[in-house]
Parts: sequence; structure tokens; C-alpha cells
Amino acid sequence: MIQARIRKQYAAMPDSAGFSLDLEFAAASGVTVLFGSSGAGKTLTLDSIAGFVRPDEGRILLDDQILFDGAAGVHLAPRSRQCGYVFQNYALFPHMTLRQNLEFAAERAPRLGRHRKVTEMLEKFHITEVAGRHPYQLSGGQKQRCSIARALIGAPRVLLLDEPGRGLDAPLRAEFYAVLRQVRQDFGTPMLLVTHDTEECFALADEMIVLRDGRAVQSGSPRKVFEQPANVDVARLLGLYNLLPVEIRSLDPGRNASRLRFQDFELAGPYFPGRLIGDQVWLFVRPDQLSAAPRNGRPAFNQIPATLLRTVEKPERLRLEFSGDIAVEVPASSENYSGVKEWVVEFPSRDLRIL
Amino acid sequence: MHPGPVIDWFPLWLSLRVAAISTALALVIGLWLAWTLANRTFRGKEVLDAAVTLPLVLPPTVLGYYLLVLLGRTSPIGELYQFLFGGPLVFTWQAAVVASLFHSTPLLVKSARAAFESVDRSYERAARNLGATELRLFWRVTLPLVRRSILAATALAFARSLGDFGVTLMIAGNIPGRTQTVSIAIYDAVEGDNGAAARVMVLIVSALALAILTLANRLTSNPFGPRQTAL
Repeated sequence: MIQARIRKQYAAMPDSAGFSLDLEFAAASGVTVLFGSSGAGKTLTLDSIAGFVRPDEGRILLDDQILFDGAAGVHLAPRSRQCGYVFQNYALFPHMTLRQNLEFAAERAPRLGRHRKVTEMLEKFHITEVAGRHPYQLSGGQKQRCSIARALIGAPRVLLLDEPGRGLDAPLRAEFYAVLRQVRQDFGTPMLLVTHDTEECFALADEMIVLRDGRAVQSGSPRKVFEQPANVDVARLLGLYNLLPVEIRSLDPGRNASRLRFQDFELAGPYFPGRLIGDQVWLFVRPDQLSAAPRNGRPAFNQIPATLLRTVEKPERLRLEFSGDIAVEVPASSENYSGVKEWVVEFPSRDLRIL
Repeated sequence: MHPGPVIDWFPLWLSLRVAAISTALALVIGLWLAWTLANRTFRGKEVLDAAVTLPLVLPPTVLGYYLLVLLGRTSPIGELYQFLFGGPLVFTWQAAVVASLFHSTPLLVKSARAAFESVDRSYERAARNLGATELRLFWRVTLPLVRRSILAATALAFARSLGDFGVTLMIAGNIPGRTQTVSIAIYDAVEGDNGAAARVMVLIVSALALAILTLANRLTSNPFGPRQTAL
């Protein structure tokens, strides 16, 4: 269990804008993902916990041990913190073999059990055959497994991972997810993982904390956060939605209905409790919840005419991007209408949500 | 048949000995200074760096003058030395060691600082994170990572101390058989019209310097396999 309240201020410099981190969160067992775009303060948070950076104020508590307390002037050295750290570039010592890398990390353990421990870890992470090699002779996946093994060998009380999936191609990613799930099951070490990748977040997180400009803007299970982003910034960050500025024209709780004005068109939606007529809000809807068809006469109910700007091929889907910042995703097998310019986009009134 | 040139080998031997001792001292002092400059933040850090580099750009006579004032018989350091070792420091071969020390340490500090600063911070962070003390981090991680650059810099420093002339002349003097190093002996030989002896020593010194530089170049290439030459 890690509890942190971290405040850190960087003054603006001629060549860089200022930045302030002001964060409070707790992470229990399982995988907690710190999610955010670059510059949101994710890595700074990990570095504060590991002790590489000293926060200006706050308190960091790992289980029952105080790692940092600004008021009391406590700032434990990184080596006394028992935080495993998996670096973005793995940071395997290039002049040592894999085995030596693990031995270096095991030196805190009692001398007798050290060798057995290293051997055990090499086996558990399937790197026994390459244990005698140097990092530059290894594949990305092997390096990554080694860096996780090295971080875990000292039995840390929390494992910090800084964008570990970055730069891995698809099969390696899948393998890496499997390794982390295995670690969660076998070691039970709580993990705090930093990423800006929604897929990684969904694949691994039990809990996620969304960071923006050094603040936590939302937390909860990924499912919950993706279903109902706390605000338009979070929705934008997740990058999965159409976000359209609309005005509420009417609200009818009795028939669970509303009317929304988007540009020159009206859309029918469900009733939105707690909103008033005339509110300017953001409509958000996933691209796969919309459907599109070539325009043929007058738009029908809940359809908006739109001009097709481009189509983007995705592995399983085809993404159609329209004027007005509207994107629609259809199964890849759909008929190809790329020659058609004028379309109508249909909004399912039940699935419309607002922020 | 011509008689071979009469060559006194003492200056060459003395130069090698002086260079070896001063390089060893420069290595200890230089590594410590370089590590401090690379890792610590303190006021006047860049002034210290400049002061360490000064001997590289000052005229040898200026440096020699300072050292004479600093280490002379009547100076506090000179008196302390005399008290400890029973004789004055200036105009002994030990003074030649000091002279080359001032000539070779700046080179070492410069290269070693650059080498220390080139080490990816994440290796040091990783070592600390894995429970290493600062001492263990230095011996097991930082130093091995920069080993080749340090060795190359050491070779350069050795070559540099072999060639010192001005400072040595000013504080160790030119006493044949006692403080006359090879570069001074060559000067003497040329002045004394002993061209043959000068030629031999010039060739030997050149060959030695070339060999050392070649070694230094080899050391600076190809550490830790083909993919990490930047280290």
C-alpha cells in the first residue's frame, strides 16, 4: 500500500515553462496505472517515490514506513526505500552479464541464499540460457524480463514501472502483458505503472489515475473511467471519443428525452439529469457507436449531413473522418465508398452522453 | 668506423620515472576532482574547473614562477616539506614530479569529467535503487563504464608529463644526473653541439609518444560491443 501526497514546483525558465506537480493518491495491491500525456508529471511522481527527486512538500508512505515527509524533513535515500524500479530504457548495466546484473541487485540478500535466488529468478523469467550474455546481445523482450527480474530480486514492497511497453512491437507487448500478470500473481507486489497508452492501461490496470498538468483529474477502474470520463479534458486524453460542442434545447424527464443543437442541426438524446435548457455542453460518443451512409436525399431522424475528409484503415476497422470533427468506425469488411463525398452520420439517441 | 654518439641514458630513465609517478598521482587527484565536478553542485564549481584547467593555457614560465613562490625554501609548504623529508623540494627530481603533475592533471580532469558526465544517469539511479552505496556505485558501475576513457586519458597524461620542459626547468632545474629530464637533456645536447645524441633521444621520445597515442586511440573505441560506442 502506497500513500502519497506530493508537491513539487519548477519555476519557469527562459527555455521552459514552469511546472507544478500537486498530487494525492493511494495505490493498494494489484496494478495502478498513472495515465497521462507526456509532461503530465507521471515520471516525476515515480521518481519522487523512488527518491531520485525530492518533493517540496508532502508525505510518501509505503506500508508503514515513511519514505518522505516534508514537514518532518524525512527524505530516505533511494537505496533504503525498497522500491523496485523498471526504467524506461531498462538501465541494465552494459558492462555486466545478465547474471551479474541480477547478482548486483541480490547483494543485499544474505550471502548464502544469493546464488539460489539469482538462479531462481533467471528461471522464472526464462532468461537462464542467455544469463551469460551482455545486454547489447539481447532482444528487447529479454532485456525487459531481465530488468523486471532485477527489480524484484530484492523483494521490494512496490514495483515502479516507467512506460515499460514503450517501443515494444505488438507480439512483445502481448508477451510483456503476460509477464506482468504473472508477476502480479506470483509475487503479489503492488505495481505502479506509468503509461500514456490506452491499450496498455486497459490490458493491465486494476485502478487508474488520470494525470493532467501535474494534477490527478480522475481515478477509478479503467472501465469506469472510460465509461464516464470526469470531464472533457479526461475524455480528450483518452482519445477515444467524438467530442462535439452542443447546446441543450429541451429536456423532458417524463419521456426520458432531450433535444441538442449541434451546429445547424438538432439531435435527439436521452434526458440529462441536473442540466438546464440553454447549457453549453460536450456531447461524447464513441466512433463505433455511430453509423454512416452515403447521403441520399434529406437526412432522416438523428442524422447529420457531413463531408468525408479521409478514411483511415485500421486492423479490424475502417475509420471515416468527417467535417465537424466527427469520426465513425465501421467493420473493415464494410463496402468501400471512398469515392463518395457527401454522407449522413446517424447518432443513436440512447448512447448519447454529455460532459 | 665512426664512434657511436656518447649518450647518457639517465635523463630518459628519470623522465619515465617522473612521468610514471606523476601520472599515478594525477590519476588519484584527477579522478576525485573530476567526479566532484561531474556529480556535485556547489558554488564556484565552474571557477574550480577553470582553475584546474589553467595550467593548460598558462605559459610554463608563469606556472613555474607560481610554483617557485609556492614551494620555495622559505614558503610554508617548502618549509613543511623540508621538515618532513629533511631537504628542500625545489631543484630535486621530486620537484620535477610536481611540475609534470601540474601539466598532466588538467588533461585527466577534463577527460574524466566528460566521461563521468557521459554516463547515462539511469545507470546510477538503477544502482542506488538496487541498494548500492555511493562507493559501490562508483567502483562497480561508474568506473567500469568509463574505464576506457579514463585509461585513454591516463595514457595521454603520461605522454604529456614525459614532455614537460618549461616548468620542470624552473622548479627542478637542469642538474645532470639529478634533475635533468629527457626534454631538457635534448635542449642541452643541441646547445652543446651533440647533435647525434639529440637525434637519438628525439627519435626515442617521438616513438614513445606515438605508441602511447595509438594505444589511447584504441582504448577510446569500441567499449561494450558494437552498439554502445557512445559510452
